[in-house]
Amino acid sequence: MEKLLKYPKPQGNPETAHFWEQTANGKLTIKRCKACGEAHYFPRTICPFCFSDKTVWEESSGEGTIYTFSRMRKSAAGPYAIGYVTLKEGPSLLTNFVDCDLETLKIGQKVRVVFRATDGAPLPFFTPV
Amino acid sequence: MPPLQAGYPARRGLRNNRRLPRRSRQAKKLAGKETLAENELSIRGKAYIAGIFEHPTRHAPDKSTAQLHAEIAKGVLEDAGLTKADIDGYFCAGDAPGGVMAMADYLGLKVRHFDSTDTGGCSYIVHLGHAAEAIAAGKCQIALITLAGKPRTGVMPPRPAGAEADFEAAYGATTHNIYGMCAMRHMHEFGTTSEQLAWIKVAASHHAQHNPHAMLPDVVTVEDVLNSPMIADPLHRMDCCVVTDGGGGLIVTSEAIARSLKKPLVRMIGHGEALKGPRGGHSLDLTYSAGVWSGPQAFEEAGVTPKDIKYASIYDSFTITVLMQLEDLGFCKKGEGGKFVADGNLISGVGKLPFNTDGGGLCSNHPVNRGGMTKIIEAVRQLRGEAHPKVQVPNCNLAIAHGTGGLLGVRHAASTCILERV
Repeated sequence: MEKLLKYPKPQGNPETAHFWEQTANGKLTIKRCKACGEAHYFPRTICPFCFSDKTVWEESSGEGTIYTFSRMRKSAAGPYAIGYVTLKEGPSLLTNFVDCDLETLKIGQKVRVVFRATDGAPLPFFTPV
Repeated sequence: MPPLQAGYPARRGLRNNRRLPRRSRQAKKLAGKETLAENELSIRGKAYIAGIFEHPTRHAPDKSTAQLHAEIAKGVLEDAGLTKADIDGYFCAGDAPGGVMAMADYLGLKVRHFDSTDTGGCSYIVHLGHAAEAIAAGKCQIALITLAGKPRTGVMPPRPAGAEADFEAAYGATTHNIYGMCAMRHMHEFGTTSEQLAWIKVAASHHAQHNPHAMLPDVVTVEDVLNSPMIADPLHRMDCCVVTDGGGGLIVTSEAIARSLKKPLVRMIGHGEALKGPRGGHSLDLTYSAGVWSGPQAFEEAGVTPKDIKYASIYDSFTITVLMQLEDLGFCKKGEGGKFVADGNLISGVGKLPFNTDGGGLCSNHPVNRGGMTKIIEAVRQLRGEAHPKVQVPNCNLAIAHGTGGLLGVRHAASTCILERV
Protein backbone atom coordinates (compact mmCIF):
# COMPACT_ATOMS: atom_id res chain seq x y z
CA MET A 1 0.00 0.00 0.00
CA GLU A 2 2.60 2.51 1.09
CA LYS A 3 4.48 2.46 -2.21
CA LEU A 4 1.40 2.98 -4.32
CA LEU A 5 -0.98 5.00 -2.24
CA LYS A 6 -0.87 8.75 -2.07
CA TYR A 7 -1.92 9.66 1.45
CA PRO A 8 -4.36 12.56 1.83
CA LYS A 9 -2.91 15.83 3.01
CA PRO A 10 -4.12 16.83 6.49
CA GLN A 11 -6.38 19.87 6.16
CA GLY A 12 -5.48 21.20 9.61
CA ASN A 13 -7.23 23.88 11.63
CA PRO A 14 -6.31 26.32 14.43
CA GLU A 15 -6.98 23.65 17.08
CA THR A 16 -4.65 21.04 15.58
CA ALA A 17 -1.99 23.16 13.80
CA HIS A 18 0.65 22.43 16.46
CA PHE A 19 0.22 18.69 15.99
CA TRP A 20 1.03 18.93 12.28
CA GLU A 21 3.96 21.31 12.86
CA GLN A 22 5.40 18.63 15.13
CA THR A 23 4.90 15.73 12.69
CA ALA A 24 6.98 17.80 10.26
CA ASN A 25 9.72 17.64 12.93
CA GLY A 26 9.31 13.88 13.26
CA LYS A 27 7.47 14.14 16.58
CA LEU A 28 4.15 12.64 17.68
CA THR A 29 2.26 14.84 20.12
CA ILE A 30 -0.72 14.19 22.36
CA LYS A 31 -2.72 16.44 24.65
CA ARG A 32 -2.82 16.11 28.44
CA CYS A 33 -5.26 17.76 30.79
CA LYS A 34 -3.69 19.57 33.75
CA ALA A 35 -6.96 19.38 35.67
CA CYS A 36 -7.68 15.62 35.57
CA GLY A 37 -4.26 14.40 34.49
CA GLU A 38 -5.53 12.31 31.57
CA ALA A 39 -4.01 12.25 28.09
CA HIS A 40 -6.07 12.02 24.91
CA TYR A 41 -5.72 11.61 21.14
CA PHE A 42 -6.55 13.22 18.68
CA PRO A 43 -5.97 16.64 20.21
CA ARG A 44 -8.79 18.79 21.58
CA THR A 45 -8.70 22.18 23.31
CA ILE A 46 -11.32 21.16 25.88
CA CYS A 47 -10.60 17.91 27.75
CA PRO A 48 -13.12 15.25 26.61
CA PHE A 49 -13.05 13.69 30.10
CA CYS A 50 -13.48 16.61 32.55
CA PHE A 51 -14.25 19.52 30.18
CA SER A 52 -11.39 21.60 31.57
CA ASP A 53 -9.66 23.95 29.12
CA LYS A 54 -6.30 23.36 30.86
CA THR A 55 -5.01 21.01 28.18
CA VAL A 56 -1.33 21.10 27.19
CA TRP A 57 0.72 19.58 24.38
CA GLU A 58 3.03 16.71 25.28
CA GLU A 59 5.49 14.83 23.11
CA SER A 60 4.71 11.12 22.97
CA SER A 61 7.48 8.54 23.19
CA GLY A 62 6.01 7.18 19.95
CA GLU A 63 6.15 3.72 21.55
CA GLY A 64 3.18 1.47 22.13
CA THR A 65 1.59 -1.94 21.65
CA ILE A 66 -0.89 -3.30 19.13
CA TYR A 67 -4.38 -3.41 20.71
CA THR A 68 -5.97 -5.01 17.64
CA PHE A 69 -5.56 -5.08 13.87
CA SER A 70 -7.01 -6.43 10.65
CA ARG A 71 -5.25 -7.25 7.39
CA MET A 72 -7.17 -5.94 4.38
CA ARG A 73 -6.37 -8.63 1.83
CA LYS A 74 -7.25 -6.64 -1.28
CA SER A 75 -7.48 -2.97 -2.15
CA ALA A 76 -6.73 -0.80 -5.17
CA ALA A 77 -3.31 -0.15 -3.64
CA GLY A 78 -2.68 -3.71 -2.44
CA PRO A 79 -2.92 -5.34 0.99
CA TYR A 80 -2.55 -3.26 4.14
CA ALA A 81 -3.01 -3.61 7.89
CA ILE A 82 -5.13 -1.25 9.96
CA GLY A 83 -5.24 -1.32 13.74
CA TYR A 84 -5.20 0.45 17.06
CA VAL A 85 -1.98 1.18 18.94
CA THR A 86 -2.07 1.92 22.66
CA LEU A 87 0.66 4.46 23.36
CA LYS A 88 2.88 4.19 26.45
CA GLU A 89 1.29 7.46 27.59
CA GLY A 90 -2.17 5.87 27.60
CA PRO A 91 -4.29 6.90 24.63
CA SER A 92 -5.01 4.51 21.77
CA LEU A 93 -5.06 5.63 18.15
CA LEU A 94 -6.06 4.29 14.76
CA THR A 95 -3.19 3.70 12.34
CA ASN A 96 -1.62 1.43 9.71
CA PHE A 97 1.31 -0.90 10.23
CA VAL A 98 4.15 -0.40 7.72
CA ASP A 99 7.70 -1.57 6.95
CA CYS A 100 6.95 -5.12 8.06
CA ASP A 101 5.64 -8.53 7.02
CA LEU A 102 1.89 -8.08 7.59
CA GLU A 103 1.54 -11.83 8.29
CA THR A 104 3.67 -11.56 11.43
CA LEU A 105 1.58 -8.91 13.20
CA LYS A 106 0.04 -9.89 16.51
CA ILE A 107 -1.92 -8.32 19.35
CA GLY A 108 0.38 -7.13 22.14
CA GLN A 109 3.34 -6.64 19.80
CA LYS A 110 5.57 -3.62 20.53
CA VAL A 111 5.59 -0.91 17.84
CA ARG A 112 7.01 2.57 17.31
CA VAL A 113 5.94 5.56 15.27
CA VAL A 114 7.28 6.31 11.78
CA PHE A 115 6.15 9.12 9.50
CA ARG A 116 5.03 9.08 5.86
CA ALA A 117 5.05 12.10 3.59
CA THR A 118 1.97 13.73 2.10
CA ASP A 119 1.60 16.91 0.02
CA GLY A 120 1.25 18.64 3.40
CA ALA A 121 2.33 17.57 6.89
CA PRO A 122 3.61 13.98 7.38
CA LEU A 123 1.25 11.38 8.88
CA PRO A 124 2.07 9.00 11.77
CA PHE A 125 2.21 5.25 11.10
CA PHE A 126 3.61 2.40 13.21
CA THR A 127 6.11 -0.38 12.67
CA PRO A 128 7.10 -3.35 14.85
CA VAL A 129 10.14 -2.71 17.06
CA MET B 1 -8.78 2.90 35.84
CA PRO B 2 -9.91 6.46 36.61
CA PRO B 3 -13.68 7.12 36.63
CA LEU B 4 -13.44 9.50 33.70
CA GLN B 5 -16.24 8.55 31.43
CA ALA B 6 -19.64 8.77 33.01
CA GLY B 7 -21.76 6.04 31.53
CA TYR B 8 -18.65 4.37 30.14
CA PRO B 9 -18.09 1.45 32.49
CA ALA B 10 -14.99 -0.65 32.43
CA ARG B 11 -15.92 -3.99 30.94
CA ARG B 12 -15.20 -6.06 34.03
CA GLY B 13 -17.65 -4.06 36.11
CA LEU B 14 -20.14 -3.73 33.30
CA ARG B 15 -23.19 -5.23 34.94
CA ASN B 16 -22.74 -3.51 38.29
CA ASN B 17 -21.99 -0.20 36.65
CA ARG B 18 -25.00 -0.09 34.39
CA ARG B 19 -26.66 2.96 35.88
CA LEU B 20 -30.29 2.83 35.01
CA PRO B 21 -32.54 5.86 34.75
CA ARG B 22 -34.90 6.63 37.60
CA ARG B 23 -37.94 5.50 35.65
CA SER B 24 -36.56 1.99 35.46
CA ARG B 25 -37.50 1.35 39.06
CA GLN B 26 -41.03 2.31 38.17
CA ALA B 27 -40.86 0.13 35.09
CA LYS B 28 -39.94 -2.83 37.28
CA LYS B 29 -43.03 -2.29 39.40
CA LEU B 30 -45.11 -2.07 36.26
CA ALA B 31 -43.69 -5.20 34.69
CA GLY B 32 -46.48 -7.30 33.27
CA LYS B 33 -49.11 -4.56 33.56
CA GLU B 34 -50.91 -3.55 30.40
CA THR B 35 -50.60 0.20 30.48
CA LEU B 36 -48.86 2.93 32.38
CA ALA B 37 -50.58 5.66 34.31
CA GLU B 38 -51.44 8.74 32.27
CA ASN B 39 -48.71 10.85 33.85
CA GLU B 40 -45.98 8.21 33.51
CA LEU B 41 -42.94 9.44 31.58
CA SER B 42 -42.60 6.46 29.30
CA ILE B 43 -43.40 5.50 25.74
CA ARG B 44 -44.25 1.95 26.84
CA GLY B 45 -47.18 0.78 24.75
CA LYS B 46 -47.82 4.25 23.30
CA ALA B 47 -46.95 3.43 19.68
CA TYR B 48 -48.16 0.68 17.37
CA ILE B 49 -46.53 -0.49 14.15
CA ALA B 50 -49.53 -0.53 11.85
CA GLY B 51 -47.75 -0.89 8.53
CA ILE B 52 -44.64 -2.67 7.22
CA PHE B 53 -43.23 -2.92 3.71
CA GLU B 54 -39.99 -4.36 2.40
CA HIS B 55 -39.31 -3.52 -1.24
CA PRO B 56 -38.95 -6.85 -3.09
CA THR B 57 -36.10 -5.58 -5.29
CA ARG B 58 -32.45 -6.28 -4.60
CA HIS B 59 -31.23 -4.72 -7.86
CA ALA B 60 -32.83 -1.55 -9.22
CA PRO B 61 -30.83 -0.15 -12.16
CA ASP B 62 -33.98 1.30 -13.73
CA LYS B 63 -35.21 3.27 -10.71
CA SER B 64 -34.16 6.44 -8.86
CA THR B 65 -33.54 6.51 -5.11
CA ALA B 66 -36.37 9.01 -4.53
CA GLN B 67 -38.65 6.77 -6.60
CA LEU B 68 -37.80 3.80 -4.36
CA HIS B 69 -38.72 5.89 -1.29
CA ALA B 70 -42.07 6.70 -2.94
CA GLU B 71 -42.75 3.07 -3.90
CA ILE B 72 -42.03 2.11 -0.30
CA ALA B 73 -44.29 4.84 1.10
CA LYS B 74 -47.06 3.59 -1.18
CA GLY B 75 -46.44 -0.02 -0.19
CA VAL B 76 -46.46 0.61 3.54
CA LEU B 77 -49.63 2.75 3.38
CA GLU B 78 -51.35 -0.08 1.52
CA ASP B 79 -50.23 -2.57 4.17
CA ALA B 80 -51.63 -0.34 6.93
CA GLY B 81 -54.84 0.49 5.06
CA LEU B 82 -54.18 4.23 5.13
CA THR B 83 -53.67 6.99 2.55
CA LYS B 84 -50.97 9.61 2.05
CA ALA B 85 -53.24 12.36 3.42
CA ASP B 86 -53.38 10.51 6.77
CA ILE B 87 -49.64 10.97 7.39
CA ASP B 88 -48.78 13.81 9.76
CA GLY B 89 -45.26 12.77 10.76
CA TYR B 90 -42.28 11.81 8.57
CA PHE B 91 -38.94 10.27 9.47
CA CYS B 92 -35.98 9.62 7.14
CA ALA B 93 -32.18 9.40 7.43
CA GLY B 94 -29.05 10.01 5.38
CA ASP B 95 -30.22 7.79 2.53
CA ALA B 96 -33.07 10.19 1.62
CA PRO B 97 -31.90 12.33 -1.32
CA GLY B 98 -31.67 15.97 -0.20
CA GLY B 99 -32.77 15.19 3.34
CA VAL B 100 -36.16 15.50 4.97
CA MET B 101 -37.20 18.76 3.25
CA ALA B 102 -36.51 17.51 -0.26
CA MET B 103 -37.88 14.05 0.43
CA ALA B 104 -41.14 15.26 2.00
CA ASP B 105 -41.63 17.64 -0.93
CA TYR B 106 -40.95 14.89 -3.50
CA LEU B 107 -43.49 12.64 -1.78
CA GLY B 108 -46.02 15.49 -1.49
CA LEU B 109 -46.32 15.12 2.28
CA LYS B 110 -47.81 17.74 4.57
CA VAL B 111 -46.59 16.90 8.08
CA ARG B 112 -46.50 18.61 11.45
CA HIS B 113 -43.65 16.57 12.87
CA PHE B 114 -40.40 15.31 11.28
CA ASP B 115 -37.00 13.92 12.27
CA SER B 116 -33.97 13.15 10.14
CA THR B 117 -31.66 11.69 12.79
CA ASP B 118 -28.95 9.74 10.99
CA THR B 119 -27.10 7.04 12.88
CA GLY B 120 -26.33 4.81 9.90
CA GLY B 121 -27.98 1.40 9.78
CA CYS B 122 -29.84 1.72 13.08
CA SER B 123 -31.41 5.10 12.16
CA TYR B 124 -34.82 3.50 11.64
CA ILE B 125 -34.88 1.83 15.06
CA VAL B 126 -33.98 5.24 16.51
CA HIS B 127 -36.78 6.77 14.40
CA LEU B 128 -39.23 4.23 15.81
CA GLY B 129 -38.45 5.44 19.34
CA HIS B 130 -38.63 9.08 18.33
CA ALA B 131 -41.94 8.48 16.53
CA ALA B 132 -43.32 6.86 19.68
CA GLU B 133 -42.22 9.89 21.71
CA ALA B 134 -43.92 12.22 19.23
CA ILE B 135 -47.12 10.16 19.25
CA ALA B 136 -47.11 9.97 23.06
CA ALA B 137 -46.68 13.75 23.22
CA GLY B 138 -49.43 14.40 20.69
CA LYS B 139 -47.06 15.87 18.10
CA CYS B 140 -48.28 13.50 15.38
CA GLN B 141 -50.65 10.55 15.04
CA ILE B 142 -49.54 8.66 11.94
CA ALA B 143 -45.81 8.61 11.25
CA LEU B 144 -44.15 7.34 8.08
CA ILE B 145 -40.54 6.09 8.14
CA THR B 146 -38.76 5.28 4.85
CA LEU B 147 -35.36 3.90 3.84
CA ALA B 148 -34.21 3.35 0.25
CA GLY B 149 -31.14 3.44 -1.94
CA LYS B 150 -29.00 1.93 -4.64
CA PRO B 151 -25.54 0.90 -3.47
CA ARG B 152 -25.31 -1.63 -6.33
CA THR B 153 -26.43 0.59 -9.19
CA GLY B 154 -25.95 4.17 -8.00
CA VAL B 155 -23.52 6.42 -6.19
CA MET B 156 -23.51 6.23 -2.38
CA PRO B 157 -23.22 9.55 -0.56
CA PRO B 158 -19.89 9.86 1.32
CA ARG B 159 -19.82 9.22 5.06
CA PRO B 160 -19.80 12.64 6.79
CA ALA B 161 -16.38 13.50 8.26
CA GLY B 162 -15.95 14.72 11.81
CA ALA B 163 -13.09 16.38 13.68
CA GLU B 164 -11.21 13.06 13.51
CA ALA B 165 -10.87 13.09 9.71
CA ASP B 166 -7.25 14.35 9.52
CA PHE B 167 -6.24 11.76 12.12
CA GLU B 168 -8.00 8.71 10.66
CA ALA B 169 -9.01 9.12 7.01
CA ALA B 170 -5.62 8.09 5.61
CA TYR B 171 -5.65 4.63 7.17
CA GLY B 172 -8.13 2.95 4.85
CA ALA B 173 -10.87 2.19 7.36
CA THR B 174 -13.64 0.17 5.69
CA THR B 175 -16.54 -1.61 7.28
CA HIS B 176 -14.76 -4.93 6.64
CA ASN B 177 -11.50 -4.15 8.40
CA ILE B 178 -13.06 -2.10 11.23
CA TYR B 179 -15.40 -5.01 12.10
CA GLY B 180 -12.45 -7.34 11.50
CA MET B 181 -10.54 -5.49 14.24
CA CYS B 182 -13.44 -6.09 16.66
CA ALA B 183 -13.49 -9.79 15.78
CA MET B 184 -9.70 -10.05 16.15
CA ARG B 185 -9.81 -8.59 19.66
CA HIS B 186 -12.82 -10.70 20.66
CA MET B 187 -10.94 -13.84 19.58
CA HIS B 188 -7.85 -12.69 21.48
CA GLU B 189 -9.70 -12.02 24.75
CA PHE B 190 -12.30 -14.79 24.74
CA GLY B 191 -11.05 -17.49 22.40
CA THR B 192 -13.92 -16.98 19.97
CA THR B 193 -13.32 -18.96 16.76
CA SER B 194 -14.05 -18.54 13.04
CA GLU B 195 -16.13 -21.75 13.24
CA GLN B 196 -18.37 -20.17 15.85
CA LEU B 197 -18.79 -17.01 13.77
CA ALA B 198 -19.59 -19.17 10.75
CA TRP B 199 -22.59 -20.69 12.57
CA ILE B 200 -24.28 -17.26 12.42
CA LYS B 201 -24.09 -17.27 8.61
CA VAL B 202 -25.18 -20.91 8.51
CA ALA B 203 -28.30 -20.08 10.57
CA ALA B 204 -29.13 -17.09 8.33
CA SER B 205 -28.79 -19.27 5.22
CA HIS B 206 -31.17 -21.88 6.66
CA HIS B 207 -33.78 -19.13 6.93
CA ALA B 208 -33.00 -17.50 3.56
CA GLN B 209 -33.81 -20.70 1.65
CA HIS B 210 -37.49 -20.03 2.38
CA ASN B 211 -37.43 -16.36 1.31
CA PRO B 212 -38.19 -16.00 -2.43
CA HIS B 213 -36.65 -12.50 -2.43
CA ALA B 214 -33.38 -13.49 -0.69
CA MET B 215 -30.27 -12.51 -2.62
CA LEU B 216 -28.41 -15.63 -1.39
CA PRO B 217 -31.01 -18.39 -0.95
CA ASP B 218 -28.61 -21.35 -0.77
CA VAL B 219 -27.93 -23.16 2.51
CA VAL B 220 -24.24 -23.05 3.43
CA THR B 221 -22.11 -24.99 5.90
CA VAL B 222 -19.47 -23.95 8.41
CA GLU B 223 -16.86 -25.30 5.99
CA ASP B 224 -18.26 -23.18 3.17
CA VAL B 225 -17.79 -20.06 5.29
CA LEU B 226 -14.26 -21.01 6.37
CA ASN B 227 -13.29 -21.83 2.78
CA SER B 228 -14.58 -18.54 1.39
CA PRO B 229 -11.81 -16.00 0.68
CA MET B 230 -10.41 -13.97 3.57
CA ILE B 231 -11.48 -10.34 3.12
CA ALA B 232 -10.22 -8.60 6.28
CA ASP B 233 -8.80 -10.91 8.93
CA PRO B 234 -10.45 -12.74 10.55
CA LEU B 235 -13.59 -12.13 8.44
CA HIS B 236 -14.19 -14.26 5.35
CA ARG B 237 -16.39 -13.27 2.44
CA MET B 238 -19.27 -15.28 3.93
CA ASP B 239 -18.91 -13.46 7.25
CA CYS B 240 -20.00 -10.33 5.35
CA CYS B 241 -23.52 -9.20 4.48
CA VAL B 242 -24.90 -8.73 0.98
CA VAL B 243 -25.00 -5.35 -0.79
CA THR B 244 -28.47 -4.64 -2.16
CA ASP B 245 -30.60 -1.93 -3.75
CA GLY B 246 -34.03 -1.48 -2.24
CA GLY B 247 -35.39 -0.44 1.13
CA GLY B 248 -38.37 -0.56 3.43
CA GLY B 249 -40.87 1.46 5.41
CA LEU B 250 -43.00 1.58 8.54
CA ILE B 251 -46.21 3.25 9.69
CA VAL B 252 -46.23 4.05 13.40
CA THR B 253 -49.41 5.22 15.06
CA SER B 254 -51.45 5.51 18.25
CA GLU B 255 -53.39 2.67 19.88
CA ALA B 256 -56.76 4.14 18.89
CA ILE B 257 -55.86 4.37 15.21
CA ALA B 258 -54.13 0.97 15.16
CA ARG B 259 -57.27 -0.62 16.60
CA SER B 260 -59.36 0.96 13.81
CA LEU B 261 -57.20 -0.77 11.16
CA LYS B 262 -57.23 -4.39 10.04
CA LYS B 263 -53.73 -5.68 10.82
CA PRO B 264 -52.81 -7.70 13.93
CA LEU B 265 -51.82 -5.31 16.73
CA VAL B 266 -48.11 -4.92 17.34
CA ARG B 267 -46.89 -2.29 19.79
CA MET B 268 -43.57 -1.11 21.10
CA ILE B 269 -43.11 -1.56 24.84
CA GLY B 270 -39.45 -0.62 25.21
CA HIS B 271 -36.85 1.41 23.37
CA GLY B 272 -33.24 2.43 23.87
CA GLU B 273 -30.52 4.30 22.02
CA ALA B 274 -26.85 4.97 22.78
CA LEU B 275 -23.58 6.19 21.25
CA LYS B 276 -20.01 4.93 21.63
CA GLY B 277 -16.67 6.07 20.27
CA PRO B 278 -12.96 5.97 21.13
CA ARG B 279 -13.40 9.21 23.18
CA GLY B 280 -9.84 10.36 23.08
CA GLY B 281 -8.48 6.82 22.97
CA HIS B 282 -9.08 6.27 26.68
CA SER B 283 -9.64 2.69 27.92
CA LEU B 284 -10.28 1.48 24.39
CA ASP B 285 -12.41 -1.67 24.43
CA LEU B 286 -13.67 -3.02 21.11
CA THR B 287 -15.28 -6.13 22.58
CA TYR B 288 -18.55 -4.39 23.45
CA SER B 289 -20.86 -1.96 21.68
CA ALA B 290 -23.30 0.78 22.64
CA GLY B 291 -25.83 -2.07 22.82
CA VAL B 292 -24.76 -2.53 26.47
CA TRP B 293 -26.67 0.70 27.15
CA SER B 294 -29.47 0.70 24.55
CA GLY B 295 -30.44 -2.89 25.42
CA PRO B 296 -30.97 -2.44 29.18
CA GLN B 297 -32.88 0.82 28.54
CA ALA B 298 -35.30 -1.07 26.29
CA PHE B 299 -35.64 -4.11 28.55
CA GLU B 300 -36.22 -1.94 31.63
CA GLU B 301 -38.90 0.09 29.92
CA ALA B 302 -40.59 -3.07 28.66
CA GLY B 303 -40.36 -4.81 32.03
CA VAL B 304 -39.08 -8.01 30.40
CA THR B 305 -35.74 -9.84 30.21
CA PRO B 306 -33.84 -11.53 27.36
CA LYS B 307 -35.19 -14.88 28.59
CA ASP B 308 -38.74 -13.74 27.70
CA ILE B 309 -37.89 -12.97 24.05
CA LYS B 310 -39.36 -15.44 21.50
CA TYR B 311 -37.73 -14.00 18.37
CA ALA B 312 -34.70 -11.73 17.82
CA SER B 313 -33.86 -9.52 14.86
CA ILE B 314 -30.18 -8.70 15.33
CA TYR B 315 -28.26 -6.48 12.91
CA ASP B 316 -25.94 -8.70 10.90
CA SER B 317 -23.67 -6.48 8.84
CA PHE B 318 -21.05 -9.12 9.69
CA THR B 319 -21.18 -12.30 11.75
CA ILE B 320 -19.19 -10.61 14.53
CA THR B 321 -21.86 -7.87 14.75
CA VAL B 322 -24.46 -10.48 15.75
CA LEU B 323 -22.19 -12.23 18.24
CA MET B 324 -21.26 -9.01 20.05
CA GLN B 325 -24.85 -7.76 20.10
CA LEU B 326 -26.19 -11.01 21.59
CA GLU B 327 -23.68 -10.63 24.43
CA ASP B 328 -24.33 -6.91 24.87
CA LEU B 329 -28.10 -7.41 25.01
CA GLY B 330 -27.70 -10.06 27.71
CA PHE B 331 -28.70 -13.20 25.77
CA CYS B 332 -25.44 -14.69 27.07
CA LYS B 333 -22.48 -13.48 29.13
CA LYS B 334 -19.74 -11.32 27.58
CA GLY B 335 -17.24 -13.63 25.90
CA GLU B 336 -19.66 -16.56 25.61
CA GLY B 337 -21.29 -15.49 22.34
CA GLY B 338 -19.26 -18.04 20.39
CA LYS B 339 -20.67 -20.95 22.38
CA PHE B 340 -24.15 -19.41 22.28
CA VAL B 341 -24.40 -19.19 18.47
CA ALA B 342 -22.77 -22.57 17.71
CA ASP B 343 -24.57 -25.73 16.64
CA GLY B 344 -27.60 -24.03 15.14
CA ASN B 345 -28.82 -22.24 18.27
CA LEU B 346 -30.09 -19.33 16.12
CA ILE B 347 -32.01 -21.53 13.63
CA SER B 348 -35.80 -21.32 13.89
CA GLY B 349 -37.26 -24.65 15.01
CA VAL B 350 -33.80 -25.95 15.97
CA GLY B 351 -32.17 -23.60 18.47
CA LYS B 352 -33.24 -21.62 21.51
CA LEU B 353 -33.17 -18.15 19.94
CA PRO B 354 -34.57 -17.93 16.38
CA PHE B 355 -32.96 -14.90 14.71
CA ASN B 356 -33.30 -13.05 11.39
CA THR B 357 -35.80 -15.51 9.94
CA ASP B 358 -35.92 -13.62 6.61
CA GLY B 359 -32.27 -14.52 6.04
CA GLY B 360 -31.13 -11.15 7.39
CA GLY B 361 -28.47 -8.95 5.91
CA LEU B 362 -26.12 -11.91 5.62
CA CYS B 363 -28.31 -13.67 3.04
CA SER B 364 -31.46 -11.76 2.10
CA ASN B 365 -31.30 -7.97 2.06
CA HIS B 366 -29.13 -5.14 3.36
CA PRO B 367 -30.62 -2.16 1.54
CA VAL B 368 -28.30 0.85 1.26
CA ASN B 369 -25.89 -0.88 3.68
CA ARG B 370 -28.41 -0.01 6.40
CA GLY B 371 -29.95 -3.04 8.07
CA GLY B 372 -32.09 -1.59 10.88
CA MET B 373 -35.30 -1.26 8.87
CA THR B 374 -35.48 -4.88 7.74
CA LYS B 375 -34.81 -5.96 11.33
CA ILE B 376 -38.00 -4.23 12.51
CA ILE B 377 -39.99 -5.52 9.52
CA GLU B 378 -39.17 -9.21 10.12
CA ALA B 379 -39.87 -8.84 13.87
CA VAL B 380 -43.33 -7.45 13.05
CA ARG B 381 -43.93 -10.29 10.54
CA GLN B 382 -43.13 -12.77 13.31
CA LEU B 383 -45.47 -11.04 15.78
CA ARG B 384 -48.26 -10.87 13.19
CA GLY B 385 -47.74 -14.53 12.30
CA GLU B 386 -46.85 -13.50 8.75
CA ALA B 387 -43.33 -14.98 8.59
CA HIS B 388 -42.76 -17.90 6.22
CA PRO B 389 -44.43 -20.99 7.78
CA LYS B 390 -41.09 -22.84 7.75
CA VAL B 391 -39.52 -20.20 10.01
CA GLN B 392 -42.54 -18.79 11.87
CA VAL B 393 -41.99 -19.00 15.64
CA PRO B 394 -45.08 -20.57 17.27
CA ASN B 395 -47.07 -18.20 19.51
CA CYS B 396 -44.59 -15.40 18.91
CA ASN B 397 -45.81 -12.60 21.20
CA LEU B 398 -42.57 -10.88 22.21
CA ALA B 399 -39.69 -9.89 19.93
CA ILE B 400 -36.62 -7.69 19.92
CA ALA B 401 -35.19 -5.71 17.00
CA HIS B 402 -31.73 -4.32 17.56
CA GLY B 403 -29.16 -2.63 15.38
CA THR B 404 -25.95 -0.69 15.30
CA GLY B 405 -24.99 2.06 12.88
CA GLY B 406 -21.73 3.67 11.84
CA LEU B 407 -18.53 1.69 12.42
CA LEU B 408 -18.57 -0.71 15.36
CA GLY B 409 -14.83 -0.38 16.08
CA VAL B 410 -14.74 3.40 15.78
CA ARG B 411 -17.83 5.61 16.25
CA HIS B 412 -21.23 3.99 16.28
CA ALA B 413 -24.78 4.11 17.57
CA ALA B 414 -26.98 1.30 18.84
CA SER B 415 -30.72 1.17 19.14
CA THR B 416 -33.02 -1.48 20.59
CA CYS B 417 -36.78 -1.92 20.53
CA ILE B 418 -38.95 -4.51 22.25
CA LEU B 419 -42.15 -5.28 20.38
CA GLU B 420 -45.23 -7.09 21.64
CA ARG B 421 -48.27 -8.63 19.98
CA VAL B 422 -51.39 -7.35 21.74
